[in-house]
Amino acid sequence: MTALGKLFGATAFRLALAILLLSAVGAGVVLTVIAWEVVSVVDREIARTIDAESQGLIDTFDNEGIRRLEAVIEARKREPGASLYLLTTPIGEPLAGNVDQIPGEVLLHPGFLPIIYRGSGSSERGRQALVGVYILPGGFRLLIGHDLGDRARIGGVMVRALAISLVFFAALGAVGALFVARRVLKRIDDMNTSAHGIMAGDLTRRLPVSGSGDELDRLAEGLNEMLGRISELMAGLQEVSDNIAHDLRTPLTRLRNHAEAALAFGGDAATYRQALEKTIEESDQLIRIFNALLLIARAEAGGDMGPLQPVDIGDAAKSVAELYEPIAEEGGVALTVRAEAGLKVRGNRELIGQAIANLVDNALKYGAPQQGAGGVEAKPDVVIVAGRTGDSVVLTVADRGPGIEVADRARVLDRFVRLEGSRSRPGSGLGLSLAAAVARMHGGAVELEDNQPGLRVRLTLPAADDPPQSKAPAELVLNDRSAR
Amino acid sequence: MRILIVEDDPHTATFIAKGLAEDGHTVDQADNGRDGLFLATTETYDAIVLDRMLPSVDGLTVLRTLRGAGNATPVLVLTALGDVDHRVEGLRAGADDYLVKPFAYAELSARIDSLLRRRQSPGTETTELRVGDLELNLLTREARRAGRNIELQPREFRLLEYMMRQAERVVTRTMLLEAVWDYHFDPQTNVIDVHVSRLRAKIDRDFDAPLLSTVRGAGYMIRDGAR
Repeated sequence: MTALGKLFGATAFRLALAILLLSAVGAGVVLTVIAWEVVSVVDREIARTIDAESQGLIDTFDNEGIRRLEAVIEARKREPGASLYLLTTPIGEPLAGNVDQIPGEVLLHPGFLPIIYRGSGSSERGRQALVGVYILPGGFRLLIGHDLGDRARIGGVMVRALAISLVFFAALGAVGALFVARRVLKRIDDMNTSAHGIMAGDLTRRLPVSGSGDELDRLAEGLNEMLGRISELMAGLQEVSDNIAHDLRTPLTRLRNHAEAALAFGGDAATYRQALEKTIEESDQLIRIFNALLLIARAEAGGDMGPLQPVDIGDAAKSVAELYEPIAEEGGVALTVRAEAGLKVRGNRELIGQAIANLVDNALKYGAPQQGAGGVEAKPDVVIVAGRTGDSVVLTVADRGPGIEVADRARVLDRFVRLEGSRSRPGSGLGLSLAAAVARMHGGAVELEDNQPGLRVRLTLPAADDPPQSKAPAELVLNDRSAR
Repeated sequence: MRILIVEDDPHTATFIAKGLAEDGHTVDQADNGRDGLFLATTETYDAIVLDRMLPSVDGLTVLRTLRGAGNATPVLVLTALGDVDHRVEGLRAGADDYLVKPFAYAELSARIDSLLRRRQSPGTETTELRVGDLELNLLTREARRAGRNIELQPREFRLLEYMMRQAERVVTRTMLLEAVWDYHFDPQTNVIDVHVSRLRAKIDRDFDAPLLSTVRGAGYMIRDGAR
């Protein structure tokens, strides 16, 4: 398409043209109405003048007779800018006046009407006039008229004004349309070029934003945000696949190597048995990772949660704590639960239990105090607190471990992210992301905070009912060594 | 015992059939829902292992049809779908137990045994469980071994009660988690092992003959004269 064709084809140009046409029509209508009004005002004024003059002339006729009237008319027609006069006998013979030719039937009926006439002795073409016809006693006809030249001049002025304004509108519209179309077209072309660049694989590229904050800018900004989100997801996907490659390839490789080694170096039944047991163990770990990934994927796809039921977060926390309590005791950790009564949320008990279990498991695995840090040895305790904040039920799991740097906090909620040094420890790197996914499924969130020292994980879920009157938290110390 | 396996994957079906036959059961097989339903209604079985996804008639429909016809044979549903809602759906359709693929054979075997036992002793309300010289009074919530009182936490009591009800049968870790804590997820760590070893310390440590034994690759078993 040629540049000009593109210009005329552009939406902006067509829009400008339509607006131009509409405003031209509007201007025409306004001018026509004004002209019409002016003309009718002029006509009424002329009729009133004629009427007043006729009254005088009829009085003259009544008082002084036809001869005197003739004389007055003869005198008046000689005045400059005179009206039109015609006085005839009842059968139409002219007695006096300055009008030569008028249509005969004009004089038959009294009243006002516009006519075409010729002045006496002139050969010019007929002129327009508004005339009043009066029938005098004795059947004499009196015609008084006013030339409509003035009215025609006003009309002419109007037509000229219309024409000039139309030309002006057309010029203005054309320039405006050209400007708008070129400007908009150029920006759209730029956006298109960028879009093609992005499609070609340059995902870091963004659509140009002019900075004027107009619709095109808003569109570009919206699309840029979308592109940002997409590249974020792409990066996430990239990271996940890298991590899957690592976390699944490692056990898969081990699995394969064990089997191969057993085959190659074989030996007695015990060796084979050991190799097979190892194989089963490795595949169980793989299955575990797959199940967790499946659940997270479902949460992220906004999948349904199965049957919803009222879940008491305090009870869930206590039951999970009870489950993990022997592990805590083995590690010399005091596991404490402080939960308000009646912390109901609507959700899936199983998933919520699993989320809490993952948080507790993490706290027990990574929450041991660092040796000699800060001089004072922190007590290795894990505290679970469940309470209510406004419309939410909040559960925190706090440990006294090394905590997580602010910069890493958002990242560890991602799939497979395991911080430096923890990759060698058991775990899939899916625990926190699974908890976060469960929270998201329930319309809640998981946040990480500083426990000074240590890490505090905050699980927020929407409460199922209205806030109850505050109750004193019931403390359940499962394994507090200081109590012994 | 006579067991019907309805499973379309020949590999899994053979795997289960072989295991069950080795456990001393008589096994019939069907590889689609229609044949399975036919066998289940015309023959008498002690238990049915039913895959959820089957050609011609799906597993849940087979199950609903059976239950609708008043057939109360214990059914264990197998599924590749590990989702919680599918579990609940399966139990609602009348399944007695539910197992997600892939599973360890020991898990299936233990669960089948549990189903068969439940069928053998239906509704017998006992107030006392006994294994060897270990007694568990379900009314007073007291445990005694050789006349000596054993202090148990409520959770430990439930753990022991479940194991004693399944005495001389393997109970797996997931079965214990389900029965005692009512959770079906994987607790990641060996929590159940720690709970069991604590319980074992209480009931076995001061006595010559251990009752609670670990079954390698499967779970635990409580019985007189273990080891």
